[in-house]
Amino acid sequence: MAEVRPLPVRIQVTDGALIPGKGDKTVRASWKIALFGALGLLVFLPLYNMAPVQEFVLSLWAGLFPSPELTARLDLLRSGKYQNIWVDILLYLPDGLAVTFSVTLSSILLATVFGLAAGLGQISRVVLLNRIATVYVEVIRGIPLLVQIFYIYFALGNLFHLDGFFAAVLSMAFCYGAYMGEIFRAGIQAVPVGQMEAALALGLSRSQAIRRIILPQTVKIILPAIGNEFIALLKDSSMVSVMALVDLLRLAKNYGSNHGDYFPPLTVVALVYLVMTLILSWLVALMEERLNQNAR
Amino acid sequence: MPDRVRIEGASKSFGELQALKNVSMSVGAGETVVVIGPSGSGKSTLLRAVNRLEVLTSGDIWIDEDHVTNHTSDIRRIREEVGMVFQNFNLFPHLTVLQNLMLAPTCVKKRSKADAEKQAVGLLARVGLSEKKDAWPEQLSGGQKQRVAIARALAMEPKVMLFDEPTSALDPEMVKEVLDVMLDLAREGMTLMVVTHEMGFAKAAAHRVIFMDQGEIIEIGSPADLFERPQNERTKKFLAHIL
Ligand SMILES: Nc1ncnc2c1ncn2[C@@H]1O[C@H](COP(=O)(O)OP(=O)(O)O)[C@@H](O)[C@H]1O
Ligand SMILES: [Mg+2]
Repeated sequence: MAEVRPLPVRIQVTDGALIPGKGDKTVRASWKIALFGALGLLVFLPLYNMAPVQEFVLSLWAGLFPSPELTARLDLLRSGKYQNIWVDILLYLPDGLAVTFSVTLSSILLATVFGLAAGLGQISRVVLLNRIATVYVEVIRGIPLLVQIFYIYFALGNLFHLDGFFAAVLSMAFCYGAYMGEIFRAGIQAVPVGQMEAALALGLSRSQAIRRIILPQTVKIILPAIGNEFIALLKDSSMVSVMALVDLLRLAKNYGSNHGDYFPPLTVVALVYLVMTLILSWLVALMEERLNQNAR
Repeated sequence: MPDRVRIEGASKSFGELQALKNVSMSVGAGETVVVIGPSGSGKSTLLRAVNRLEVLTSGDIWIDEDHVTNHTSDIRRIREEVGMVFQNFNLFPHLTVLQNLMLAPTCVKKRSKADAEKQAVGLLARVGLSEKKDAWPEQLSGGQKQRVAIARALAMEPKVMLFDEPTSALDPEMVKEVLDVMLDLAREGMTLMVVTHEMGFAKAAAHRVIFMDQGEIIEIGSPADLFERPQNERTKKFLAHIL
């Protein structure tokens, strides 16, 4: 059996999935188990619940432990009225996926804008800008995302008649902008001071230096962290299901209440989220490796 | 020689610590002045005050007619004419060698790309690195990096060059290639203010050597006088220590 070594000390900046970087054998193994387990279940469950398969399995059971309930279920299967919910839900999924993805993508783009502004504000020498940025970061990080979503959608949305999609993107971006502000600030400050000094000594203004020298280096430093935010945002986008938006989670909930059975849709949606975040965290790790290789 | 750099009564405190105490000196146009002194004596602080990377607590600095320490002066314009070379190069790692050289001329002086590139190619030839123009900084040796850094500063066509221990971070075998470039500059009549402990360079290039200790100028003299016939006890002790 493969040796199980303790995880190396690694402080996660966000709550994204653990990243299967090269070398972390334990993490890599658990990542593979989770991914292939989830994919396997997503294939297995719809197949297992196909009418012929069910009929075969149930008749085996009925042969061993005959019961009126099994007979009733077998009758249903044979009547042709049986519906394989697990396949049916998969057909609905693309609509939810589209909403989840468009909310996530729009939010991350807008959050990057907010984050860049907040990060630059936090290192700004203009006192007012600095205050606004630091207060924004502190306040937003102190309020739960779900409360912010309720606030923007229900409280402000009523006042200003905000469209559901717009309200969702705005609240996600506003919240994540604060976290990304911290990432940008740390990334900017991680660039050695000598870079700014060399730029200033050449006659560049501070803003030219930030644009031409500091930010390009910052981007390389923070790309993995931004990737993690993307993953976290993808997961947190499920919170917008409290709005009128039919994202993955809301879709599952609606489906469950329509069919009187929440188990299949929620199982499928949980597995789909898992597959997406696992693949994304693998991509982030790949990117991190590439960046480390040519560390310029 | 008319003064190109004039420093009068420069003082700088970092909290309690007085890094510079009423320092006055000058560098003539075309002159090479070498500043020596033990670590922590304020050499870097003095050098960095000349292009206002360090803001003095009191005192004045002029470069020709420009009053560096006056906060209403256009410091960016002044910095265009003051080249600076750092101990650890500070090349821009995300830009190629050529781009490192072209950045300031295009960005600050608004030169055309073609113009800036032509000039950069010429400068690289001058520091002996023509074949490295498309290399990334990380692919260069320390000596090559520092020569690129010198070329980058020269691209702004400065009238003064400041060097802060330009060879201290280099492996011994790379020191000469950098000093040779500096020696050429000195001979061509560039105004140089150099913090270094390379006595060979000081003897060959310096018109005057300044010895600093604990934020003060202790002694100024020609290389011959200061190295062979130091007057001050502290100078003697320091020279005995490093020679
Ligand atoms: N930014 C700073 N903050 C606080 N102290 C500093 C700073 N820069 C330099 N010093 C202190 O000022 C003194 C002179 O430093 P420096 O000019 O770097 O000396 P040198 O270049 O001669 O070694 C040292 O004691 C150093 O610790
Ligand atoms: Mg120093």
